[in-house]
Amino acid sequence: MDTTTKVIEILAAQALRDPATIGPQDTLATLGLDSLGLVEVIFALEEAFDIAIPFNANDPGDSGFDISSVAGLIGAVEGLLGQKAA
Amino acid sequence: MTRRVVITGAGTVNALGGDVPATLAAMRAGRGAIGAIDLPDLDRLSIRIGAQVPHWDAAARFDLRSLALYDRCTQFALTAAQEAVARAGLTGPLGPRAGVIMGTAAGGIQTWEDNYRAVFQDGKSRVHPLTVPKLMSNAAAAHLAMAYGLTGPALTVATACAASNHAIGLAFQMLRAGIADVMLTGGAEAMLCFGGIKAWEGLRVLSPDGCRPFSRSRNGMVMGEGAGVFVLEDRDHALARGAEIWAEVAGFAMTADASDIVMPSQDGAARALAGALADAGLSAKDVGYINAHGTGTAANDRTETAAIRAVFGDHADRLAVSSTKAMHGHLIGATGAVELLAVVMALRDGILAPTINHDGGDADCDLDVVPNAARQADVAAALSNAFAFGGMNAVLALRRA
Repeated sequence: MDTTTKVIEILAAQALRDPATIGPQDTLATLGLDSLGLVEVIFALEEAFDIAIPFNANDPGDSGFDISSVAGLIGAVEGLLGQKAA
Repeated sequence: MTRRVVITGAGTVNALGGDVPATLAAMRAGRGAIGAIDLPDLDRLSIRIGAQVPHWDAAARFDLRSLALYDRCTQFALTAAQEAVARAGLTGPLGPRAGVIMGTAAGGIQTWEDNYRAVFQDGKSRVHPLTVPKLMSNAAAAHLAMAYGLTGPALTVATACAASNHAIGLAFQMLRAGIADVMLTGGAEAMLCFGGIKAWEGLRVLSPDGCRPFSRSRNGMVMGEGAGVFVLEDRDHALARGAEIWAEVAGFAMTADASDIVMPSQDGAARALAGALADAGLSAKDVGYINAHGTGTAANDRTETAAIRAVFGDHADRLAVSSTKAMHGHLIGATGAVELLAVVMALRDGILAPTINHDGGDADCDLDVVPNAARQADVAAALSNAFAFGGMNAVLALRRA
């Protein structure tokens, strides 16, 4: 399963949505995910991809991890996977 | 005639010091105790700072038989209680008109952890026979009752980060209601262990580099550990035996946000603040100091500031509000008890404990937070805030003796 499909699957599970209805332009807000939902998404991503995501709930915008949209999340996960491979 | 309730003794062990004088000296000096922690498997934690009680040698403090029953949490509680009872000039057994209410969030978590490790990781088939009475959350209160012959009301409350304030508030209400004459009360916590930190880590609210309450640069809380125990006493009972009165507990209020399990609510906090004032018969302008919950998280400090402004109006700019967590860390269920020492210092000694590590104001946290250095002030009445996960808020109101 590719990264995009897996990330969307994780978001869909948290948002109780059909993965087919989630697109790259979606945001946490359009998915209806609050701060606890986000923390659960980040945990699920870390477990699924075996990565450590730098995220501090006190300052979500300044954690060096793009959570602004689904596309941003996918890019950020790919970045961390690239670092792991390097 | 309503009975009045006073503090006649206190004891503590926390990262700032092994007793009340050492703790207050550190608060006066603005000395922080947060630093690198020392734990097994530290390399598997991403958060490696905390306010750890230094050089804790349980074997030197307790005999072997007792240690089989005393989790680190109970050890802290007994140590603090011994100081509190001695300072109050009391000797046990204190009998049926005396009791104990302690607060804790995680109780004997180190014992849970050690025994899970034994059976799950090390493949052991049995655990120590006294595991249950060692880990139970009411163990500390039970051992205090046994140590001082407290045969009246005895219980433990578990309201996370507000547990101590709830405990002290309930003890105050029991004394005021005439249910007891003397109560030992406070909190004990020893969650600064591998599993405790790992659990908090997951929530992503811990700071990796320091506790900076009310600063723009704040990025989370830092865990501490320890205990604080107070002797609360019916005022007439204390006067009759010639006890030294440290301060009066004048009011208490508790509210529930009933909204979010972790995000704080301005309304819930404000109702607790206003309720404590009303219960104490104080008006806003009487209050000179508030010991803030002030965790150093983005959400708490902003919400707490707004709640104080909502309740105190213009007077919010004429009172001091400090968070001592930057010095002793967040003791979770024990935090309100250690923080009440700062309130006593303000009322009895006229010294305001500072908010250290303050490195620049946040427009959302624009109160007088006593930045970085203690100062003198004439304080007649003070509040102590605790706002817990679960949306459970507890505010104590105290008056100068």
